[in-house]
Amino acid sequence: MSHPIADEFLLDYASGAASAPVGLLVATHLALSPEARRSFRRIEAVGGAMLESLEPVAPDSDTLARLFARIDAGEGVEAQPRTTLRAVDRLPSPLAAYVPRGVEALSWKRLAKGVEEAPLDVPSAGPRKATLLRIAAGRGIPKHTHRGLEMALVLEGGFTDEAGHYDRGDVCITDESIEHQPTADRARDCLCLFVADGPIRLTGRILRLLNPFLRG
Amino acid sequence: MVGGTESGERGPTGRDGHVTLILRVARQQDRGAFAILFGHYGPRVKSYLIRLGASRATAEDLLQDVMLAVWRRADTYDPVQASVSTWIFTIARNKRIDTLRRERRPELDPTDPALAPKPEPEPDRAVDAAQWETHIAGAIAEMPREQAEMIRLAYFDDLSHSDIAVRLGLPLGTVKSRIRLALARLRTKFADRAEP
Repeated sequence: MSHPIADEFLLDYASGAASAPVGLLVATHLALSPEARRSFRRIEAVGGAMLESLEPVAPDSDTLARLFARIDAGEGVEAQPRTTLRAVDRLPSPLAAYVPRGVEALSWKRLAKGVEEAPLDVPSAGPRKATLLRIAAGRGIPKHTHRGLEMALVLEGGFTDEAGHYDRGDVCITDESIEHQPTADRARDCLCLFVADGPIRLTGRILRLLNPFLRG
Repeated sequence: MVGGTESGERGPTGRDGHVTLILRVARQQDRGAFAILFGHYGPRVKSYLIRLGASRATAEDLLQDVMLAVWRRADTYDPVQASVSTWIFTIARNKRIDTLRRERRPELDPTDPALAPKPEPEPDRAVDAAQWETHIAGAIAEMPREQAEMIRLAYFDDLSHSDIAVRLGLPLGTVKSRIRLALARLRTKFADRAEP
């Protein structure tokens, strides 16, 4: 893996502070990257150390008794969705949960020639949204910047931009200070999990005129 | 538990002992073992939930849900993957996200057929999870204050790195580099410990 996710996103996900769209992207990346999982386990262990460092607050005196009563009543037995787990279009489980009927069944919208986007129903308090982005083999997203953060995790195929080449499992993170022009590999379509704060803003001279027609 | 001394860590109620207690809950539904775990983690989980914005009543309800999950999931606990406190932390963190933020946390499923490559053989087996944690605590204590602050704001104030930048009025790049330095220190600690 040549493009692992940056530490600060692993920390956001480990502490629980990551928004749902970013959390989904990090969880999906972890499924695809054993390296990132190893790093992540160490960062998550910080949570255990932090828990130990807290000043204890006594539970109510009858909490334990009430817990045993709930256990006796058979509460808290968890349904096992795992038995129904199946591979959906090679999507890792955190993402597959949002694409239950497969990638083709999502509602795809054309963004530009050879570029399509489908929204995912991931709850989010802010403007940050998660979508799937598909770039046809050999095609590219016109030169653009973003309002705020943009994260792309490659699920199928691969793409190249000014910073390098990205394969399945790689993460490309950019912000408004970075202008880039990703181009999908010629061999096959590229499918990405895409998380962004706002629509793509085209920066090419002629394409700027098309901006009003683009949505993100 | 006062925590910290080697003997304290290894006694029947020390942190090594907690693994045994979880196993007793998993295999024999041992309520005595569970009561000891509750005595240690209950007050810390409640404190965590209050620190993260739950009212006392909500914290009490959530604490029950967390400890109920500890009871029900004890047989899935893997001491190689996480110390008992890290495992309980993850349960508390997820319950808090589900309840207080009304979101469902996307979770990695270790049995996922799409997991790449396969659920990996653990290269860090040499260092056990409980040991890691003791050293993390030490590493955080030795960190420059501005690095340790990043970790506290993330875990105790529920701030993402971009929220931290806003809260402290710092450039995003500064926050990122402090976080990376802090985590690099933890890694160095691990690397040291992995040597026999």
